[in-house]
This record gives sequence, C-alpha cells and structure tokens, in this order.
Amino acid sequence: MRPIRWMRRNLVVIAGVLTLVYLILPNLVVLLFSFNKPKGRFNYTWNTFSTDAWQHPCGVADMCGSLTLSLKIAVYATIGATVLGTLTAFALARYRFRGRAATNMLIFLPMAMPEVVMGASLGTLFLNMRIQFGFWTILIAHIMFCLSFVVTAVKARVMSMDPRLEQAAQDLYASPLQTFLRITLPLAAPGIAAGALLSFALSFDDYIITSFNAGSTVTFPMFVWGSAQRGTPVQVNVIGTAMFAIAVLLVLGGQLIGGRRKAKA
Amino acid sequence: MTAASAPAPVTEAPPDPVPVPAALKRAARRRRSVPYLLLLAGVVWLLVFFVAPMVYQASTSVQTGSLDTGFKVTWHFATYWDALTEYWPHFVRSLVYSGIATVLCLAIGYPLAYTIAFRAGRWRNVVLVLVIAPFFTSFLIRTLAWETILADQSPLVSFLNDIHVLDATTWLGLTEGHRVMATPLAVVCGLTYNFLPFMILPLYTSLERVDGRLHEASGDLYATPFTTFRKVTFPLSMPGVVAGTLLTFIPASGDYINAELLGSTNQKMIGNVIQSQFLRVLDYPTAAALSFILMAAILAIVTLYIRRAGTEELV
Amino acid sequence: MTTPSTSPEAAGDAVRLTGISKTYGSFTAVHPLDLAVPAGSFFALLGASGCGKTTTLRMIAGLEDPSSGSVRLGGRDVTALPPYKRPVNTVFQNYALFPHLDIYENVAFGLRRRGIKSVKQQVGDMLDLVQLGPLARRRPHQLSGGQQQRVAVARALINKPQVLLLDEPLGALDLKLRRQMQLELKRIQTEVGITFVHVTHDQEEAMTMADTVAVMNAGRVEQMGAPADLYENPGSTFVANFLGTSNLIAAEVTGVHGDELHLVSAGQKLTLPAARCRADVATGDKVLAGVRPEKITLAHRDDEDAIPAGRNRVQGRIVDSSFIGVSTQYVIDSPVCPDLEVFVPNVERDGRLVPGAPVVLHWNPEHTFGLDAAQDIEAGIDTDDEPDAGGAAA
Repeated sequence: MRPIRWMRRNLVVIAGVLTLVYLILPNLVVLLFSFNKPKGRFNYTWNTFSTDAWQHPCGVADMCGSLTLSLKIAVYATIGATVLGTLTAFALARYRFRGRAATNMLIFLPMAMPEVVMGASLGTLFLNMRIQFGFWTILIAHIMFCLSFVVTAVKARVMSMDPRLEQAAQDLYASPLQTFLRITLPLAAPGIAAGALLSFALSFDDYIITSFNAGSTVTFPMFVWGSAQRGTPVQVNVIGTAMFAIAVLLVLGGQLIGGRRKAKA
Repeated sequence: MTAASAPAPVTEAPPDPVPVPAALKRAARRRRSVPYLLLLAGVVWLLVFFVAPMVYQASTSVQTGSLDTGFKVTWHFATYWDALTEYWPHFVRSLVYSGIATVLCLAIGYPLAYTIAFRAGRWRNVVLVLVIAPFFTSFLIRTLAWETILADQSPLVSFLNDIHVLDATTWLGLTEGHRVMATPLAVVCGLTYNFLPFMILPLYTSLERVDGRLHEASGDLYATPFTTFRKVTFPLSMPGVVAGTLLTFIPASGDYINAELLGSTNQKMIGNVIQSQFLRVLDYPTAAALSFILMAAILAIVTLYIRRAGTEELV
Repeated sequence: MTTPSTSPEAAGDAVRLTGISKTYGSFTAVHPLDLAVPAGSFFALLGASGCGKTTTLRMIAGLEDPSSGSVRLGGRDVTALPPYKRPVNTVFQNYALFPHLDIYENVAFGLRRRGIKSVKQQVGDMLDLVQLGPLARRRPHQLSGGQQQRVAVARALINKPQVLLLDEPLGALDLKLRRQMQLELKRIQTEVGITFVHVTHDQEEAMTMADTVAVMNAGRVEQMGAPADLYENPGSTFVANFLGTSNLIAAEVTGVHGDELHLVSAGQKLTLPAARCRADVATGDKVLAGVRPEKITLAHRDDEDAIPAGRNRVQGRIVDSSFIGVSTQYVIDSPVCPDLEVFVPNVERDGRLVPGAPVVLHWNPEHTFGLDAAQDIEAGIDTDDEPDAGGAAA
C-alpha cells in the first residue's frame, strides 16, 4: 500500500516531472545527434558516434556567419528594447496620466498578435517605403516585438516596489537623478534583467518575423530553416546544445553568486 | 472658561487662503510632463513599426493590381470573400489545432507550474531555468528534433505501434497508417511543445502569489485536497490561466513552422498560406486580407473567452 | 552628537505652518490650519487613521505639495523647495530602509548625497547611539523590527536635521518593544536636542513621549497642549473620548452659585466648577458633565452613609467587572448613563462588588469637567483601534 499512497500524494509532482521531460526531450535529442555521423545528408537516424562536429563547429559554409549576425542583432535588439521598454514601464508603473489605458493596450497588442501578421505587415511597409531589407530592418522588427515583453517584466517589478523608498532617498538629500541611479535602478534591476534576457532569447530565436524583413540577409534561424530542406548539418546541433548549456550555466552561475552574496551579507 | 494652556495658539486659517508659490505650480507642471517624456521613444517606436504597418496592411487588403503594374486602393472587398471561400479549411484547421494545443498546454503545464510553485523547494530555480532554457536552442532546431523523435522507425513510434495506441489515434482521425509524422497529431504535438513555456510561466507567476497557508486553511475547513484545488487554488490562479491561454492560443493560431516541418499538405495552417502568399505568390492583397480575417477571428474568440473567464486584467 | 545643531532659544519655532491645506479632488484631507512647533520640543500629531496627520507631516517633509498655505522651517519659507533641499528628515512608517544597501550604507546615505567624503566616524558614532554597531554590514531584511526601526532613526538623525519627522515609527512593533522604543526615542531626543514631530494614532504613545500633543480629527486640529493638560481638560467630546476614557453625563444647569455650577441629571445632583466648563451656559441650559473613570470611588450602597458630604454622587448597579491586574474595571448601569466606567486600584478589594450589586459612585466635584452639549457624545470612541495603513496619505 505504501507506494500507492506515495504515488497519490505526489501525483502532481509526477505529472510535473513528466511535463519537464517532454520539454527537455528535444534538447536531449539535439545533444545526442550532435555526436552523430549521419550516413546521408539528413541527420535523422543514428549512425555512428563522432566528435567531428564539435571539433569543427564552423565547418559548414555560412553557418557561423549567420550565427554571428544573429548574436549581433540579439545584442542590439536587447539593448534597444530594454532601454525603451524600461522607460515606458516606469511611466506606466509610476504615473497616472491621460492615455495610460491606451498605452497599456498598445503594449499588450504586439504580444497578442500572430507573428505572421506582424511580420507580414511590417514587411509590406518596408517594401512600399522602398527601404532596403537587411540588418537594420531586422533590428527594427526585433526591437518592436521585444519591447512589450520588457515593459511587462519591468512594470511588474516597479509596481511591486515601495514608492516610499524613493521618497526616503529624496528626504535624505538625493536629487531626482541621484534617487533614480542609486535607488530606483538597483531595485528595478531584477525586472530589467529578466526583460533583457527574454529579449535576447526571443530575438536570437525568431524566425517568422525575421523571414518577412530580412531580404537576402541570413540569420541563424533562417540558416537552419534553409538547411532543413537540404539536410541539416550536425554543426547545427552543436550550436543548439552549446547555446542551451551556456544559458543554463549563466543563469545557474548568476543564482549561485546572488545566493552567496545574500548568505555573506 | 479656560483655554488649554498651549505653547502656541491653534486657530483656523483666515478666510482667504495663503496662495501657493508660483515655483510650486511650475514644478507640478513639469512633473506632469515626465510620464510623456518617458513614454515618447517606446510609444513612437510601436506607433511607427507596429500600428502604422497594421493600418497600411488594412489598405493593402483592399488594393488590386499586380507586382508589375503596381497596386492601387480600389476598395476591392471581394478579396476578403475570395480569401475566405478559398482558404476556410485552413482557418478552421488553425483554430482547431491551436485550440487543442492550448487545452493540452494547460492540462500538462498546470501540474508543472504547481510543482514549481509549491512542491519544488530548493529545486525551484533549477526547474524554472530548465523551463526557460530550451528557448536558447533555436526552436527550429528543437522542432527538427521532433522530426527525429516522431520519425517512422523511431523507438517512440515503434513503441506506440506495439501497444496499439496509434490504432486508436487513427480511429480518431489524428494519425494515418501507423505513422505520426505528417499527421495532425504531429502538428498538435509540436504546437503544444513550442508554446508550453508561454503557458507555464504566467501560471507559475500567479500560483507563486497564492499563499500556501490558504491550502492549510481550506483543509482545516473540511475540504479534501481536490476540493481545495477546485475551490481555492484554481480560482486564485485564474489570471495566470487567462494570460497563459492567450499567450499560447494567439501565437499558435498564426504559427506555420510546425505545420511545415511536422505536417503534410493536408495539415497546412493559415500561417502557411499567408507566408506563401506574401513571400512566394507575391499576392499582397490576399495575404493582407487573410491576416485581417485571422485577427478578427482571434479577436472574437478572445473577447468571448475573456467575458466567460470574467477577468479584465490581462497579463 | 553631543551638541545639537540648533539651540532652542535662537530658532524660536522650528516649524510654522500657515493656512496649510491639502485637497484631493473633492476630498479635503487637511483643512487650512496654522501650527507652530517650538524648537527643541517633542511634538506629537495624534489622531485616528485618515485624520490628515500623515498628510500634514508629508507636507512638512516636502513629499506632498500643499493646496494652499506655506511651510516655514526655522523662519525660512520652504514651501517651494523639493524634499531633498529641505533640512528635515523623516522616519517612515515601515521604515523604508533601502533593501539593496547594508545598514552602514543606509545610515551613510544622506551624508554621501550631500557630498561628505569621510563618513566613517559619524556613521560609527550614530550606530553606537542606537546600539547597532556590530550589525553595520547586515542587510535590512536580516534585522528584527526593533533594529530596523533604530536604523531608520539613525539614518535620519545623522544628518542633524532641523526637524526630525516620525511617521508612526512604532506602529509595526509589538506592545512590549513599543514601550521600550518609546523610552529610547525620548532618550535620543533629549540627547541630541533636535525638534521631533511625531505622528501617531496611539494616544498612550503620544502622551508618554511628547511635550506637546496636537489632537487631529477630520483634517482639523481639535486641541493642542501638554499631555496632562489635554487629559485633564479636554476641550471637546472627541478629545475626551479619544484620549483615554471619559464618562460623559448629559445634564441640565439648575443654577450658578459663585464659581460653581449646579447640575441635575436624571434626578441626581452634581456640581461642576465654572472654571472647568468649556461651554457658556446659564440656568436651564444643557451641558455634558465629564469625569475620568479613575477619579471615581466605588462604594456598596450599604456604606452610603460613610461617604463624606460635598462629593458628586451617582446611584447605580454593577453590570460587569473585569480584573486587569493593577486595577479592576467596572461597568455601572446608572440612571444618568447606562455604561459608566470606573477603574478601582487593587489595594483593598471589596468582596461585595460583584455584578448585580447596588453601588454609589462618588468623586470630588473638582474632577468634573463640562463640555458643550451640542457635540456628538460618542465622538472619538473606538477610533484608535483602527490600523493606520497610511490611509491619511491616500
């Protein structure tokens, strides 16, 4: 009877773990097949173990160039969206003003819009304005769809902050600028960091919107898409696994440092 | 009559109030303009690169012409009718697939969000990272991995065949001929997988705010664990449920990657049509009209849903 | 911190508010009021939640702009100055300590903002004053409520403000700690000699700590004075009920005899010193006669003959008694008032004084005070139990 009772008590946890397996399974497959030496062009079936791809991650034409471009766009888009989004979030969280509800709606809409619609619309506009597709059009599009996510993350954080902390700073001779730099910004930092992280991930990963605004420029997701038709090189799995590992390590490392600082203080 | 022997007299103010200094009024006026200055850049960006394209798209949808002769606004609403009559199966498929995927996401995402919020203990952050981390492996790569997992000779599909699960799904019309790839099941499975984090994160955020002591209080008041969930936990997580379902359903209904990679021509969704009209056929009015029909459909469904769910707070 | 920054004599009034008011839309939080706080004093603004006391304090700090009127600090008009340019500091409700800075940096914050480079000595001295030296490198969330409270005081005091503003500083502490901190704040104030303006809804706290108490009600100052003076000579039913407990008896004036007013209530004759009556009354007018519960002596009806002549007497019956250690509190049903309260010190307890027993209440007529009968007799009752969650500021 014991195991049955244990099962019943932990039913939720068991279901949760199964969902987690479902979420992680493709990443494990990506990892596994990064060590494959496929027989033909398609890396779908297991052939023999090989570390070739890990030794020559840039051994495929154009792949690393597209990866660099994607990283560059992701960094710029993150900076742009984080700065604009943080300013907007502060206005929405800290002030009552005319047009606030409309602005909230404007922020929500891009998140509630199918990407294909957003991408096609912006692409049509660029096309008709005779704007050259490429790096800048991709960057503009990425900042546009990342903005809302930053606003949401930062707004939630700022709204949970006690406004009396800023008042206390002003009471203690800090000018508005000093108050912002010394109190508001450090306190809002976790929200800003979350928004920036999300922006980076969304921008780096975006295919749909990019495909409408890239012209002949090829980002990493577009390279993957293109190669999926012809047969994906194993190196794609290497990059995918490496990005996953770096993300996990960065976040866990940050947690560890944060945790230790908390413990030390 | 003794007055309280106060060290300083307290009296009501004289009838004419002491005016507020002009400097204070100026400062107040300056403060009122602050939110607009903060908003300026972000709002202008969205107006120019989000709202303006939408408006432009609306005008495109009533244009006629060709790439060679150029397009002109002719208020040709027939484009909408033609698009709808030709592509209605794609619309229906999109809404059905994304609807099923949303329900599945809620069903399998809720236990995980609940586990992270209440049962994970010191593993909470690790699990949370594992939910977010797949984002960093390009979702195209992960969707391609599903091709491997669901391939005809893969261990999973063989296993499902052996235990006759695929016979059942075939009977339901979800699969065909002992395979999963290029069937509705594969597309729904891919959609569910791709948008699961968008369901789990809002669910987790709203569950995290639920005070664990409420469970104890409910138990103390004779509720079984299941009743506690039904009457206390779930209602309190409603904002997360609403946000999660919207953030799953809306993007899923416009998705075309899963249908393209995991489906066949019989599973094409409306996203595939818009994409090919725009990038391959170059019929911009039809692409624009399809976009607006999709948006209208989503808007109608979402409005009905929010009414039913009874919450006006989004996200 | 041995020499106070301002000497009380030189500055005169530390704070002077002239016709200051605050309205939010159609709601008036503070009616135009004049208020002067003598330099070097411990001044309390006392009132129930929503009475406008916190708003008044925030207008002094510059955190709220007045709708009319002016604020002067030590003779200088600061109405148009932003908070960071005013020589006042605030101890916030719930302290508002910066969670991302340690205790040392919290305390040093004001000095650093004013461009003072070497803060070590001053911060050290200040932390010693509030007995927190060893905890300098802790974060606020690692401290107990009482310790956080002292950090908040230290963070404000280190700047040697002309006036220290305290907004319900002890509200979040439990009763015992509150008593302890009351004494400690009083000690610090005496030591540094800075003017303290203290906002509280706790009348005991105001009376324990302040030299001068201003009782606020519905955006106005009802009465201001030394605690003992307010307690003994309340000017309105609100003050009488809000500050401690009062028995208020509706009575009619039957005659004026020299400096005494003769009253009658439900057939019982009472005497009220004319000098202690707050209302202008003549024979036939109504008046409220008040007496504090601890001034009343309780005697069993059988002992009535032993009561000396010339005392105010009221017949009654004990309804309820509760033993609270230092005294026993009785509720008496009498013709003049259905629930008179009497506090009897537990010196020699009379076993006959149990619920149902017939009794005679008697007190020295000098202890009776008179109030205008046109007021709400219940004003100020049960308002001090409400939590004051910054409601006054909203």
